[in-house]
Amino acid sequence: MAVKKRLNMRKRYELLTRGLAWEPSYQPREKVFPYEDFEGIKITDWDKWEDPFRLTADSYWKYQAEKDKKLYAVMDSFAQNDGFLNVSDASYINALKIFIQGVSPLEYQAHRGFAHLARQFAGEGAQIACQMQSIDELRHIQTQIHTISNYNKYFTGMHDPFHMHDRVWYLSVPKSFMDDARTAGPFEFITSISFSFEYLLTNLLFVPFMSGAAHNGDMSTVTFGFSAQSDESRHMTLGLGIIKFLLEQHEDNVPIVQKWMDKHFWRSYRLLGIVSAMQDYMLTESPLSWKEGWKIYFEDNAGALFNDLSRYGIKMPKFHEVATAEADHLSHQVYSVFYAFSHAAGFQTTVPSAKKMDWLSEKYPDTFDKYYRPRWEMWAEMEKEGKRFFNGGLPLDCQVCQIPMVFTDVVNGNPMKPTHRVSEYKGDKYHTCSDGCRDIFENEPEKYVQALVPPQQIFQGNCGGETIPDVLNWYHFAADDGGEYHGSTDEKNWKKWHGEQSDSGSQEKA
Amino acid sequence: MAINTINGEYPEIIRDAVENFHGNQLVIVDWENHRGLGGAPNMFPLPPDMPFKALIADVLPGVFGLHADWEKIDWATVEWTIDGEEVTPNLDASLKENGVGHKSFIWLKTPGLLGYKGTLN
Repeated sequence: MAVKKRLNMRKRYELLTRGLAWEPSYQPREKVFPYEDFEGIKITDWDKWEDPFRLTADSYWKYQAEKDKKLYAVMDSFAQNDGFLNVSDASYINALKIFIQGVSPLEYQAHRGFAHLARQFAGEGAQIACQMQSIDELRHIQTQIHTISNYNKYFTGMHDPFHMHDRVWYLSVPKSFMDDARTAGPFEFITSISFSFEYLLTNLLFVPFMSGAAHNGDMSTVTFGFSAQSDESRHMTLGLGIIKFLLEQHEDNVPIVQKWMDKHFWRSYRLLGIVSAMQDYMLTESPLSWKEGWKIYFEDNAGALFNDLSRYGIKMPKFHEVATAEADHLSHQVYSVFYAFSHAAGFQTTVPSAKKMDWLSEKYPDTFDKYYRPRWEMWAEMEKEGKRFFNGGLPLDCQVCQIPMVFTDVVNGNPMKPTHRVSEYKGDKYHTCSDGCRDIFENEPEKYVQALVPPQQIFQGNCGGETIPDVLNWYHFAADDGGEYHGSTDEKNWKKWHGEQSDSGSQEKA
Repeated sequence: MAINTINGEYPEIIRDAVENFHGNQLVIVDWENHRGLGGAPNMFPLPPDMPFKALIADVLPGVFGLHADWEKIDWATVEWTIDGEEVTPNLDASLKENGVGHKSFIWLKTPGLLGYKGTLN
């Protein structure tokens, strides 16, 4: 008599992810999967797609349910015990504002993107892996909203992140990055998100935010970070698996994939410029500088990775050496422009404290005291004279990455000289911030000439009106969301709560 | 290189065509060796017929005037580049007559002024 045996993981994976499809007979295959061919990628055998985690739906539900149970228990206790009072300082919350406004909506778009792939990829293993990642991304945005909604009761700037994400000038940086990937074909999307962003660079996003949260007493954010991190490591492994799959399917795929890697590495890196500013300047206590993170998570890791990929003929992404050279300057340049335009932002900025400046000198011995400390000293003097500096106009943004054009010629030893590039297309000029962004523009000008670049949109009259208050109203910003941190509602409330600990929980946002 | 599309031609939308700016054109100005204004160039929507001198008198002071070096500028010595070419603008002529077009990039160079304490900020 046959004994029922438990199936091993590989067998279960095979049974639950293969042999589920059928050959269409009412419609030709290319009409059922219309996105598969147009990018020029050749797939000869979808069955070669292997999920390294061999994740099946039943085990997936089980793992995720356990993680959620733990996470929501922590969130409840954080809320009940007024955990928000135990963070290092109210200025730290500005990092969370950037996260909910800039990063969480990307999780939602990633959810939409992977759902699209799950439908459009013809291979069953790929469909299932994309379906699970789609659900992961949805879980991430949910847990982030639930965690941060507690802070929204007490601090400014977190009340309407999705609306802001679609409209606000600095949030067009993450939005345009994701829109670029979402409007590409499915193989470019997955190269962009799974490989260039998640595999190469996601540690540079999550580690600073989560270890930053831990160093600043924000246990709630640490917990959602950990809950997402195990998904992220699965996505990273998948991202590498996908690239190898594409490269092994056909040699003609190699140059196409290389081109996408180059483009989306640079796009992702530029987007992380915002993270660098958050990490070095917005965290009250910074556990790791941007430069240190870049060394560990890009320079050290990517070297080994691309050695491994070189057998397919794949090279390090173009301009990686520029990104490495910029590590000494990036956060200072990006935070400077935030400081100069924070009267139109959904978070507050301030001149770094003396302690923070010393930390920056220590972490950036070759650049901070020489180039950036004087800038902060000048702005501190202006503030002292009652003339807190805000730039009185609108900046020129890069046509591709949409960051105001603050980047400089550090590669040639001219860190105070901007790297401004200009291209012509059908008689009009297009300005980009670097060789990386210029190349991306010139490879697909048709795509970037239609970009909604925020200053241009304001000048065209598409953003609620002509004055800054009109535009801020259109953004759904309240009067105290942005500007200088000292004297802000957040700072005033923070001081009040710490002077009156006894009834702190009943204080409302002013 | 043309963009691959699933269906037909990729649409052409020139989002920032000059016609969309209500009679203005975009003009970009940066002040060399003064990164302390935030680090990025500024962009202004200006009528092409505006005299060049109005740029100096009416437009730039609202932004660059916040820097302590602004008052120290010796206008007899300033140098300009428009779209990469060194020029001596005719201050009474219009922007257009001086070769400033839509999305032109102007550098203002002020020899001798090196920003806050000579740090180029």
